[in-house]
Amino acid sequence: MTVTERQVSAYIAGQAADARVRFELETEGMTLNIGPQHPATHGTLRVIVRLDGEQVVWADPVAGYMHRGYEKLCEVRDYAQVTTLINRIDWLGSFCNEVPFILAAEELMGIEAPPRAQYIRTVLFEMGRVANLTLFLGDMAAQVGALTPVFYAFRDREYVLNLIEAATGGRFHPNFDRIGGLKEDLPKGWIDETKLVMRKIRGFCDEIDELLIGNRIFEERCRGIGVIPRDVAMEYGLSGANARASGIDFDLRRDEPSPLAWKDADWKVWTHPDGDSFARYWVRQQEVREATRIVEQLLDGLPSGPIRAKTPARIRVPKGETWVHTENPLGEMGFYVVSDGSPGGPFRCKIRTPSFSNVSIVPWLLRGVYVPDVITILASLYFILGDIDR
Amino acid sequence: MTPIVALHAAYWNETILRLVVALAIALTGAGTFVYVYLFKMVSHLQSRLGPMETGPHGSLQLMAEVVKFIQKEDVFPRRSDRTVFALAPFVVIMSTLMIYVVIPAGPRLVVSRLDVGALYALAISSLSVIGVLMAGWASANKYSLIGALRGTGQLIAYELPLVLAVVGVVMMAGSLNLTTIVTAQSRFELFGFRGLGLYVIPQFVGFFIFMVSAQAELTQTPFDMPVAESELVAGYMTEYTGMRFLVFFIGEFATAFALAGLAAVMFLGGWWFPGMGAGWGHLAWARELVGFGVMFAKVMLLGFIIFWVRFTLPRFREDQLQAFAWKFLIPLSLANILVTGIAKVAAHA
Repeated sequence: MTVTERQVSAYIAGQAADARVRFELETEGMTLNIGPQHPATHGTLRVIVRLDGEQVVWADPVAGYMHRGYEKLCEVRDYAQVTTLINRIDWLGSFCNEVPFILAAEELMGIEAPPRAQYIRTVLFEMGRVANLTLFLGDMAAQVGALTPVFYAFRDREYVLNLIEAATGGRFHPNFDRIGGLKEDLPKGWIDETKLVMRKIRGFCDEIDELLIGNRIFEERCRGIGVIPRDVAMEYGLSGANARASGIDFDLRRDEPSPLAWKDADWKVWTHPDGDSFARYWVRQQEVREATRIVEQLLDGLPSGPIRAKTPARIRVPKGETWVHTENPLGEMGFYVVSDGSPGGPFRCKIRTPSFSNVSIVPWLLRGVYVPDVITILASLYFILGDIDR
Repeated sequence: MTPIVALHAAYWNETILRLVVALAIALTGAGTFVYVYLFKMVSHLQSRLGPMETGPHGSLQLMAEVVKFIQKEDVFPRRSDRTVFALAPFVVIMSTLMIYVVIPAGPRLVVSRLDVGALYALAISSLSVIGVLMAGWASANKYSLIGALRGTGQLIAYELPLVLAVVGVVMMAGSLNLTTIVTAQSRFELFGFRGLGLYVIPQFVGFFIFMVSAQAELTQTPFDMPVAESELVAGYMTEYTGMRFLVFFIGEFATAFALAGLAAVMFLGGWWFPGMGAGWGHLAWARELVGFGVMFAKVMLLGFIIFWVRFTLPRFREDQLQAFAWKFLIPLSLANILVTGIAKVAAHA
């Protein structure tokens, strides 16, 4: 069956399930709570699914089990302290969270970090992406039943985390980005080691090619499952690899003018026309490969100079508001920062996280699928709970 | 009136001794699989070490696990059907242990040389379906129920190709007796070569079907939909803890050992090895020991394949798995029987 045929049959199945509920009200289905304590939900997402046999009639994601009130907390911290909080939003690629906030603050203050700092920021950003998506590549395999790739993913992610730790001092929560630049310069010998590790990560991608991409069972489980057509993806505000897997050629790293150094590297935005779980997996795998290439190129062309612009000893952000968004591992992450000119922190900080929008499509997407496909679809949408409830 | 026990004291002594030895072999076999494959081989496949602290190279870890399970509280879910819930693991392990009765581990090392041994073993192994269904239904848990229903459907679907795969072997050997099947393989000549006479060569299709169906019978990946850890959270075993979970666990690995043993007997010649024929004279006891070692080596080889596949492949979806059994394996096994029959008639003509 081709993808479109499957799409049609999934749609018909959904309609049929609907009709059955409408006309045979006496048939009692089963309500199944997937989560909040369930291995497929990466944390504490709860998906209430109404089942007819093993077919999902409707599904409803319930977020909020991990709400930590970060937007409010940002208002009572000053700008330097906020990065500690927002590290913990998408905890697998945490450096990527700091960057848009610091960029927003810099924009309000009219400061620009020196080129070396921008390059290192971009390198660490892409390494955060590699660390994050590498784990996805393994975890998706674990969700569809293959237990070995997830251990390979943990093994190779460890190399990246070690390097992030060497440069920033923190494995998961670097807290390294500062207004006007970075905390410190790179340690000695870091560049060569990083290039070596990026080669290892590409080796991991090749391993994934052999273990999963070419595996008949994996394709059977993922192809044509959870198809998101292009227009639906647009309507639900999907971003990142989920949107690109539906054929939307959209990547903020390329499309948005940014002080970061992506424009200086030669890389490609991959899209996939199918919009199914397999496409999402494949696009993310290509993204890891591209990210390793960006890191290598930027390290080759790393400019010398200071890593921090001149900033006042006491940060005071003038009155104003701004919106800065970047292409994070999970998708478009944006900070809307309003400053009232007071010496404290932001007056208001609205955080747009990709996972929240990406999960909002779940009720539409899960209709008419089977329970095993629920797991495949949730895994391939790839959300992180800290990113939904922040 | 003399009781029958007294009449056949020698018979009962021997039978009880054989049963105790079979039970010991079943338990140590399951333990060997758990340690060698689940703990160590899989760990090394997945670039980790596995247990290393308890005993040399972690070899006593299993003891620690068993002790841990035994001392745990025996928890019953509040709305469970207590009797059925309590009995289910024992039904599963009973069906497993009864397979061991007919597997020949050496020329004379067998509890019973049943004339319908192959049929008996496969029929008994399918009894575990009842235990699975009992466990899932009595747990009062939706995940368990889904797991049990999937498990039942799967075990029934894969029972058929499992039996049909064996039919080819039975036709070639001309017997359902497992000991006879082994001796028939030792006499079987293929293209004039006697040493290559294992049934796995002419019956390679049957061997493939048997191993695939065995994997499904064990509910192991790629056919582990009933226990899917990332999805149903161990399916029908979700609510079990402590001793009863341990019984399920032993049952799973003892079944793996038993099915590997059946495959070794029927396709790899069991305890037979070139030179294992008659003529050992007064060293017949040594022949038993060597035969046991050969059989053990073959079982371990097949166990390696089972666990290698288990930890490498993703799992099928329930409907794909059923389609695979009914649309592919069963027609293939029927074709295999047909070809075997034609070849057998042609060889005699």
